[in-house]
Amino acid sequence: MDLNYSPEETAFRDEVHAWIEANLPSDLRDKVLSYGELTKDELLGWHKTLAKKGWIAPHWPREWGGTDWTVVQRYIFEEECGAAGCPPIVPFGVRMCAPVLLRFGTDAQKQRFLPRIYNGDDFWVQGYSEPGAGSDLASLKTRAVRDGDHYVVTGQKIWTTLGHYGDWIFCLVRTDPKTEKRQDGISFLLVDMKSPGITVRPIVLLDQSREVNEVFFDDVAVPAENLVHEENKGWTVAKFLLGYERMGTGNIAVCKRELARVKELAARAGLLDDPRFTDRLTRVEVELMALEITNLRFLDQLRGGRPPGAEVSLLKIKGTEIQQALTELMMQTAGPLAPIFRPVAPDAPFDAFTATLFPRYCNVRKATIYAGSNEIQRNIIAKATLGL
Amino acid sequence: MNFEYSDEQRLLSDTLRKFLGTGYSFDARGKIIASPAGFSDDVWAALAEMGVLSVPFDAVYGGFGGTTIDMLIVFEAFGEALVVEPYLATVGLGGRFVARGGSAEQRARILPALIQGKHKMAFAQTEVDARWDLRRVTTRATKSGDGWVLEGDKRAVLHGGSADTLVVSARTGGAPDDARGISLFLVERTAPGVAVTDYRGLDNLRVADVRLSGVRAGRDALLGPEGDGFGLIEDVVDYATTLVCGEAVGAIKYAHDATLDYLKTRRQFGVPIGSFQALQHRMVDILISYEQARSIACLACVKIDTADAAERRRVVSAAKIKIADAARHVSQEAVQLHGGMGMTEELKISHTFRRLTMIAQAFGDADHHLARFGAAS
Repeated sequence: MDLNYSPEETAFRDEVHAWIEANLPSDLRDKVLSYGELTKDELLGWHKTLAKKGWIAPHWPREWGGTDWTVVQRYIFEEECGAAGCPPIVPFGVRMCAPVLLRFGTDAQKQRFLPRIYNGDDFWVQGYSEPGAGSDLASLKTRAVRDGDHYVVTGQKIWTTLGHYGDWIFCLVRTDPKTEKRQDGISFLLVDMKSPGITVRPIVLLDQSREVNEVFFDDVAVPAENLVHEENKGWTVAKFLLGYERMGTGNIAVCKRELARVKELAARAGLLDDPRFTDRLTRVEVELMALEITNLRFLDQLRGGRPPGAEVSLLKIKGTEIQQALTELMMQTAGPLAPIFRPVAPDAPFDAFTATLFPRYCNVRKATIYAGSNEIQRNIIAKATLGL
Repeated sequence: MNFEYSDEQRLLSDTLRKFLGTGYSFDARGKIIASPAGFSDDVWAALAEMGVLSVPFDAVYGGFGGTTIDMLIVFEAFGEALVVEPYLATVGLGGRFVARGGSAEQRARILPALIQGKHKMAFAQTEVDARWDLRRVTTRATKSGDGWVLEGDKRAVLHGGSADTLVVSARTGGAPDDARGISLFLVERTAPGVAVTDYRGLDNLRVADVRLSGVRAGRDALLGPEGDGFGLIEDVVDYATTLVCGEAVGAIKYAHDATLDYLKTRRQFGVPIGSFQALQHRMVDILISYEQARSIACLACVKIDTADAAERRRVVSAAKIKIADAARHVSQEAVQLHGGMGMTEELKISHTFRRLTMIAQAFGDADHHLARFGAAS
């Protein structure tokens, strides 16, 4: 066991670092570091920059554009991206839909979708949750009825992150409402969001941001060739995908960057002399130090292409708890200035950064709820790892 | 970077676990604890035979030349089996002092004998008002002829009663809280003027109060430079702290496994109690504490061997904070989830609770290391 980087790994880190420095536009970086809302063009722009370099989908098989990086190299890459303030890679295409297609898709589906996902030609979003199907995902009701060479889809999805940017949405739909087990009778469909009958409506969140949406399907015709895997076998696909969904939720590199930010803000606010504050800060830092190693230990176990299992649930629980703790500490550094949010007169002088801290605290409350609430993650670990 | 154990490390782990599985059952351990010495000469001889006493020492002295990750393997296994032998005191503290700060003559005299199981050691540091402040030394070493005369009281010296040689910290200069002016001496436990009172701790390890009155120490007894022992003390205590973190990881592993087993077998209301979600989620949190504790212990072991003093202080304190929190969390939950049975002396879980509680406070509790981490950052 050796937790220090080898000379090759250090050289790789330097290469990634130098490339990001040369290619990440500084205005985009500033926007990320000040928690600005990124536009579709900004998100896809960075995606395309990485695609051109060949670094957008390291975990894919080589033939489709993967990099054959080791676990450690992938970690170094994420670490450098997080530290530099790169925009997040929107996961729904490269990290969620693509692994599904690689595992379950037909050759035609792979040929059709994977290059476009790789190049960032389409913005993908996820259609899983419904008003009546959150943690209990298998109770979903959106219907897809086969009619000749297409399905007719009717129903509603909710909490669709960045749904207003979406070109394509992958959905879980019910193709057989009469099965004994609810998990049977579900199918996995790819839907072009320009199809007639789709309506996207924003949901304003706790921090007053527009990030998630409701997506309504009203007799939407979807070609039958867009079915992934067999009809009524979508639950298998869904479970496979959920592992990948949780994979990216630990976000250790970003937490490290945010930790450094908390320290900087706390120093400015004179809070580093207050042991009540620093003790809490240190406990968060220590959890993060441990989680970084836990993450690497688990990734190491995933070598050889085994799909992630309950290990990622643990990373999700701990990572999101740390994220929330950091936003809370950060908001505290704002102290009595925390209430300032937006000037009423648009041209008034304004500390825009401090104004992000309270909304950010509000926003990140989502982290322990999304991608399977942390309580659901505990159920998964109890069953899958502990055998309870 | 890699997370694999080498073949040698796997062999060490397998050999040790096999030995402890057969020769160090909970019953066998009970007999050892009840014996007058509180540890077993036979086990000690076996540890020497297997090379476990040699792990961290240089091959020149007959050592294995291992890393601190190798020591983690030993301590995880010891933690799971709740080993009470004087290994930490002899190998982790005394041996480390000699290996890191001893003269060539001292190393050659002590380390081969230690490795062969013929020489035990202990570190006499703690004094009545010192808590965990390593600078707080009032024991005095006064120049006399070619050597010194030692006067002072040392408390709760881990395995002090069985040590052949004590490493004693004493002040040759400076005020009681100064880092400068502390010297280290190798003192025979049977030397005139050394009075040892042996105790059995509630965690079943032995500790001793050591009273030094007019104890003569010659020039060859001085370990390291006169008046400049503090850096070495910190180095060795950080090392020992890391090792008890490893021991805690093993004990937490046992508590996890035993509690999980109990949840699956104990039935109430006609079902295994592990079918209750309130208990399942608490069991998951035990698992999370274990994984996080193991990770930070690995990190500390690696940094002990590779980091400079500033980074070492920071990482060891981080590890001890996490280990203290995890030890407290898991030991309390394990007893609670075992219900009334968790309260009984009969079950190993109660012994595990006591050892984890003592480890949480060993070489500084979480509050102490929070302050130290802050100062090191």
